[in-house]
Amino acid sequence: MMLIDSAADFEIKDYLRMEMMPHFLCPGCGHGIALRALLWAVHDLGIDKDRLAVVSGIGCAGRLSAYVDANTFHVTHGRPLAYATGLALARPDLNVVVITGDGDCLAIGGNHLIHACRRNLKITCLMLNNEVYGMTGGQVSPTTSETRLTTTTPQGNSEPHFDACALAMAAGAGFVGREVTRHVPKLKELIKAGLDHPGFAFVEVLSDCTEIFGRKNDMGSSPEMMLRQKSELRPTAYRDTVDMPFRANSLPTGILAKNERPEYGATYRREAAPRHGVSR
Amino acid sequence: MNAVDTALTGKSAPRLVSGNNACALGAIAAGCRFFAGYPITPSSEIAERLARRLPEVGGVFVQMEDEIASMAAVIGASMGGVKAMTATSGPGFSLKQENLGYAAGAEIPCVIVNVMRGGPSTGMPTRPSQADLMQARWGSHGDYPIIVLTPGSVREIFDETIRAFDLAESCRSPVVLLYDQVLAQLSETVALDGARSGVGVVRKWASGPRSEYRPYAADASGIPAMSRPGAGYRTHTTGLTHGEDGFPTQNPEAVTRNLSRLFSKLERNRSAIDSSATLHCNDADVVIVALGITARAASRAVELCRAQGVRAGLFRPITLWPFPEQALRAAAATARAVLVPEMNAGQLCLEVERVLAGTRVEGLHRFNGEPIVPVEIAARAAALAGE
Repeated sequence: MMLIDSAADFEIKDYLRMEMMPHFLCPGCGHGIALRALLWAVHDLGIDKDRLAVVSGIGCAGRLSAYVDANTFHVTHGRPLAYATGLALARPDLNVVVITGDGDCLAIGGNHLIHACRRNLKITCLMLNNEVYGMTGGQVSPTTSETRLTTTTPQGNSEPHFDACALAMAAGAGFVGREVTRHVPKLKELIKAGLDHPGFAFVEVLSDCTEIFGRKNDMGSSPEMMLRQKSELRPTAYRDTVDMPFRANSLPTGILAKNERPEYGATYRREAAPRHGVSR
Repeated sequence: MNAVDTALTGKSAPRLVSGNNACALGAIAAGCRFFAGYPITPSSEIAERLARRLPEVGGVFVQMEDEIASMAAVIGASMGGVKAMTATSGPGFSLKQENLGYAAGAEIPCVIVNVMRGGPSTGMPTRPSQADLMQARWGSHGDYPIIVLTPGSVREIFDETIRAFDLAESCRSPVVLLYDQVLAQLSETVALDGARSGVGVVRKWASGPRSEYRPYAADASGIPAMSRPGAGYRTHTTGLTHGEDGFPTQNPEAVTRNLSRLFSKLERNRSAIDSSATLHCNDADVVIVALGITARAASRAVELCRAQGVRAGLFRPITLWPFPEQALRAAAATARAVLVPEMNAGQLCLEVERVLAGTRVEGLHRFNGEPIVPVEIAARAAALAGE
């Protein structure tokens, strides 16, 4: 099928810093799959590596930028969207991609996320959601499902979790999508659509943490966790579940919102600087 | 001719300018083309002025969602190769420390203005203070070098803002411009002449083949060349401890090598960084050490003392950190006692005591939101000289 065929000329090593291998991800981790999908999307779109800037925060997802053969910035916890905002405003010639995790993006970085959605600067934000703070040893995160065990919810999580896509849509993101690591070509196509979107694009990737989260919750092997993705998720229009985004027993995937409103950087350059134009 | 043109052409008639507006004009004259900030008294006039002026010179102004984000955006813009600045006051300065530490460790040039108001916490937003002297040096966690400039007049705010950008670029370091609420909102008649028409100091950019470029390898200056995104180097920048290749490492030798260079890089460039001023120190029995608006009061106090036959002098750090030890020792060579008036509970006096160990050092401290006036300083200086 079409989706698979485009892999023929994609060689991931062309986009990785192979000198950084072996990578530090645990066996079974979904983050490597997400990174592959991102780089495949970059390849499909013909984005020049010299014009690609990857900004990442802190955590397992944050470490991915170091593996990408591009201009990469591994910044402070929760702040990659704020750094990316400065970079994208100063350098509209760059393709700015943010890689962040659920804790980085929704807890410490939550304020930056909602304002990035509202501001609508051309940034593609890839949030890898594994429901846990993996790097620090498995603490509860804003997306941890109810009743799940973590090192800081030893009796089971009793806090409701965020629906990150609902949050992004409510904050005004022009492009919002969700996909799972189980469907790599679909994930790649979703990221491509996000990269192509002329404004802020929020892409949530449901990624499995097998070693820490899965083990703690008896969720089985990596393939078994991937099968869970299949049973709990369905491609659907968001409106079908919008009335019950929290604690829904199924989460919608695919493109959930897409509208093209004016991109902030272009608007600023057009309206704030009518006589001079902004350099670069 | 508007103020921007004036700042850019160097032609200027004397005009009434506030400290905060002088800072904004100095930034544009220095080549600043990006400002990210968050409203806070008493620094907001800098943001307001730059929101109007930056687009006129092809720059970008953005008001971010919080102080943390504005510091992050400034670093992001600078990593993109654009001279960038933010401005704030105490509570915001506290929030900026996280990313300020990143800029120090990853060696990203940027300028942070902190208009000091009374603290702690929300404190006295419309009242002056000089209580962030130590925070400016040590506010972020870990060891790191930083440059802090403390101008003492509206004209000097203009000049030191330009120098802040020059030093940030040439030393690849965050530079803090520290002045108090009085200077910020004081309007003085000044001629902003002598301003440059060009963009000032240009960062040392990477050149040569990618295979030979090591992002944190430096020559004898200790300042590595930076790579500009899009120039083909595709480097990695991280807040993790890194080696010369820019990638994270915990190898003790690599960590020692890079951090030793980082910690010593400002020392290697002290001749360009150091700046201080003296008044009648040659024969002084008592030397007053003060900065900012307190130094203005102290200079009048020196006149009052001299009129009474008291041999008083003034030493004024313009670069506060690294502290101008040698210049202070020279200025205080004849002094029997040193008086340190400052609007805090005792910060500058600690450094003066350290540098002038063995010399009598007394503080004159006020932290109630009122500036220290000349007659108070003169009375204490005269008393010290007579003891």
